[in-house]
Formats: sequence, structure tokens, C-alpha cells
Amino acid sequence: MSQELYTNIAIFVLSILVGFEVISKIPSTLHTPMMSGANAIHGVVVVGTILIALEAHSVLFYVIAFIAVFLASINVSGGYVVTDRMLQMFSKPKKTDDQKQDGGDK
Amino acid sequence: MSGLITLVSLMYLVSAACYVIGLHMMRTPKTARNGNRVSAVGMIIAVIMTFLIVINKHEATMTGSIVLAAGLILGLAYGTIRARTVEMTDMPQLVSLFNAVGGGAAAAIGTFDYLSLTAGSHISFAFSFPVALDLVIGGVTFSGSLIATGKLAGNISGKPISFPGAKLLNAIVVIVIVAAVVLTIGFPVNAWWLVLTLVASLIFGILMTIPIGGADMPVVVSLLNAFTGLAVAMAGFVIDNQALIIAGALVGAAGTILTLQMAAAMNRSVMNIIAGGFGTGDSNSAAADDVPVNVKETSPDDVGVQLAYAQNVMIVPGYGLAAAQAQHEVAELAKLLTDHDINVNYAIHPVAGRMPGHMNVLLAEVNVPYDQMKQLEEANSMFENTDVSLVIGANDVTNPAARRKGTAITGMPILDIDKSKSVVVIKRSMSTGYAGIQNELFSDDQTHMLFADAKKGLQDIIASTKEYLDE
Repeated sequence: MSQELYTNIAIFVLSILVGFEVISKIPSTLHTPMMSGANAIHGVVVVGTILIALEAHSVLFYVIAFIAVFLASINVSGGYVVTDRMLQMFSKPKKTDDQKQDGGDK
Repeated sequence: MSGLITLVSLMYLVSAACYVIGLHMMRTPKTARNGNRVSAVGMIIAVIMTFLIVINKHEATMTGSIVLAAGLILGLAYGTIRARTVEMTDMPQLVSLFNAVGGGAAAAIGTFDYLSLTAGSHISFAFSFPVALDLVIGGVTFSGSLIATGKLAGNISGKPISFPGAKLLNAIVVIVIVAAVVLTIGFPVNAWWLVLTLVASLIFGILMTIPIGGADMPVVVSLLNAFTGLAVAMAGFVIDNQALIIAGALVGAAGTILTLQMAAAMNRSVMNIIAGGFGTGDSNSAAADDVPVNVKETSPDDVGVQLAYAQNVMIVPGYGLAAAQAQHEVAELAKLLTDHDINVNYAIHPVAGRMPGHMNVLLAEVNVPYDQMKQLEEANSMFENTDVSLVIGANDVTNPAARRKGTAITGMPILDIDKSKSVVVIKRSMSTGYAGIQNELFSDDQTHMLFADAKKGLQDIIASTKEYLDE
């Protein structure tokens, strides 16, 4: 086994363990935003698609590269935007409380 | 050049750290939004670093650059628009769609790199193995998630679809996949191995998701999320990119944990859910005959009286609430009651809805305070002191039959709604839930049924409650 592969496998295994540790304590209230946030993170695949796009030199490879970049871009932009929208709602109740207090003052 | 590679590698590591920290911050609602932003910053760093490589290498052809720019612009625009405009009730299918595109992109990377090799050349195990896994997992995720998206959006029947010989067909496809993987790994490069692997995986993704029905969707969506992560990690192995490996592994772990939690909340194994349907066909048909006759019907007016004179009210939302888009009415009713010093809380079962945490998102949309959303155990400790439990579109997760042996849902953790003093169930008809059995809660002494669409029923209840509260 090459040193490179060994390093990659070690990184993979340790990252999985870190993932288990970080995720296991998330309350079920936040399951959807967390899943959506994880969804955005696998949008990192866009990095890989950019790297292959610059190696394309024929029609077939242009097509594959385009599909890859297009799909990955949807993933990364949509993932982060929608997660932010959801989490914005979770922080909203504070504002309504403020509004209520404002109303009371009047 | 090596200086640049060092910089890029280090910055990839920084971006990976951002994902971990970001996910960590998503553990509490207070820091969750910033957590997502930290993760997004990490993503921007990774993309900028990648462009540094692109600019420095000067390898891309003009056409390649145009392809790259077009793909990026179109993809980013489409993703952003969809994410901005989606209704909160449609969130499950969007999350599923993002799984599909992520898995598809990962499979495309594997395809690209394998096809770049000279036909007939021998490749090392260290390259061929991740390529094969990337194609299989990415392919299954792509087609499987698209089917799941269609089911969640209602374009494909949400009911479990099965046909004679499905198991045999599954077995054949699995054998073809294994054979194709072996050919890809152990034999000289041949584009046909790749095509075979990819096509068989795409077919398997469809076959795997088609027989899975509505209420099992939370498990499937999180399982496919885990798959996407793994596919991305495999793509990272293929192109030797640690950012992909770390992020993919993180998501794989996150998805796995969620999948197991969801399956546990239904007291079923993941394998059992993937195998499709609920229990066996026999138990379904047997249970359907056993329709309780002694359910008591009630009117919105009566519910209004009950609510107006209650002290503690528990709202139990389910998929029916999302389907009727009645979350605004729920919030309006809750506000009306809390304004008159009646305690209102929400009992949320982990698998209520069509994806993990679905109900929480809908309630957050209408500004329900976080501390009113009670998880299973906390809610169950509150039912004894609850005057009225208002069940809106939830069914199987409230069925006391789960406590007895020998039913389709035996052992499934349920909400102990039958312990509250009075129960009102808003439901369109007596049709059974996903498990296909009658809900024994409905025929309980303290239970009254209000047969109505969730939205309409709630509007009527709000009107009558207002009268009794002298508004």
C-alpha cells in the first residue's frame, strides 16, 4: 500500500469517527437543518468537479465535466441557502417576543 | 508550484475544520445559523483554493473553461432559486434532490477519471476500488434519491410499489453489480465495465426506493444522505483530494446516525425498511377488517369549549398537518390560547412527517418557540397533566397497540396520548395510517374525532374557541 493511500484511508476513518461524535448529540428539533447542512457540506464535491473540468480535452469529457459541475453547483448553493433559510426561522421566535414586548409598552 | 500546493492543501484542511466546527455549532438553535455560515466559509475557501490551482495550471482548454463557467453559473443559479422559493412543506423533496445531484456529481467524477485511462491498461487496486465504489454508491444515490424526490413531491405514488418477482430482480441486479465491480477492479480498463456498473447501480437505486412507502421516508432520506457522503468521499479517493474525503466521511457518519435514530424510533431495522412495506401482506389484510365501530364524533364547537376551559393543551402534529399546510392555523390557535394563559405545547414524535425533524421546521416557520416543542420522552411525561390533546394528522405514532405484542407496530415508541384527560383527533376519515392497522386511540373513551381537513377543521375550532374566550 502506498503512503498516499494509507494517509487517505486514515483521514477517512478518523473523519467518520469525528462525524459520529459531533452529530450524535443533536436534538431531534434540529434534525432537518442538520441534515440539510450536511447536504450542503457534501456539495464540496464541486471542488472535485472543477478539477476534472480543467482536464477535459474532448467532447465526451466536456459533457461529463459539465454534468458534474452543474449537479455539484446545485448541491452546494442550494444546500447552504436552504439551510440558512431554515435556521433563520429557528432564531425568529426571539423577534416575535420582542415585538410582543413592544406592543405591551404601547 | 509546490509552494502553491502546500498552501492549497493547508487551506483545504482549514475548510474541513470549518465543516466540523459548523456541524458542531448546529447542536443548539442559538448557534446553528452561525454554524452553517462557518461551514459555508469553509466551502468558499475550498472553492477559491481550487480556482488557484486552475489558474496556475493553465491546462484548461478554452472550451473546458466555458464548460466549467456554464456549469457553475447554471448550477449555482438553479440551486439558489430552488432553495429560495421552496415552500417549507416541500422541504423533504428538496433535501432529497440535493442528495441526488451530489451523488450524481460524485459518480460523474469517477466516470471521468476511469474513462481518462487508456483502454487495456492495468490499474492499481488503490485507484480501481474507490472508482468502483464511487460509481455504485453515487449511481444508487442518484436514481434512488430522484425516485424519493418524486414520491415526496407526489409525482410518483407514495405507496409502496411492489410487483411479482421483485425480489428475484433485485437479486439479479445485485449479482450484476458485484460482477461489474469485480471486472472494474480486477481487469484491464474497459469502458464497458464502467457502463455496466453504472447502469446496474442506477437500476438498483430505483428498485431499492420504489417499494418504500410514505412513513418510512425519514429513514430513506437520511440513508441516501449518508450514501451521498460516502460517494463524495470515494470520489475524493479517486482524485486524491482530502477535502472531499473528510467532508464526505463527515456526512456519511451524520447520515448513518440519523438513519439509525429514525429506524430506532420506529422499532424497525434499516434492512427491514429497505425490504419495503410494513410487516407482511397477511397482517395488513387481517388488520384492515378490524374497524372500530364505537368512535365518537365531535364538532368544532365542542372542541372550542374544551380548549377554552383547559389549562394545559398538547398539540400533536403529524404528516397530515404538512399535507394540509395547516401550520399557520396551528400557530394562530396556539397564540389565541396562550394569550388567555392556557399552556400550549407540541408533542413531536421523531418520525412524524416525511423527514427527520420535519414537524419542527414547519412549526419554526410559524414562530413556535423552540422550548414548546417537546420531544418524545419529555412529552410523554406531560400527558398525565394534559387536559386536551389535539392530534392533527398523526396516526401510527399515537397508537397504543404498539404496547401490545403481535401487532404490526409492536414495540414502536409512541406518544402516550391516551394518558391525557381528553383527546381530540382531527382527521379526514377513518383510513388507517401507513402501518395499515386501526388506531386503538380513536375508540378510547376520552377520544373524540373531528372529521375534517386539518386546515378547515382548525379554522372552525379557532372561530368557536374565540367565542368561548369572549374575543
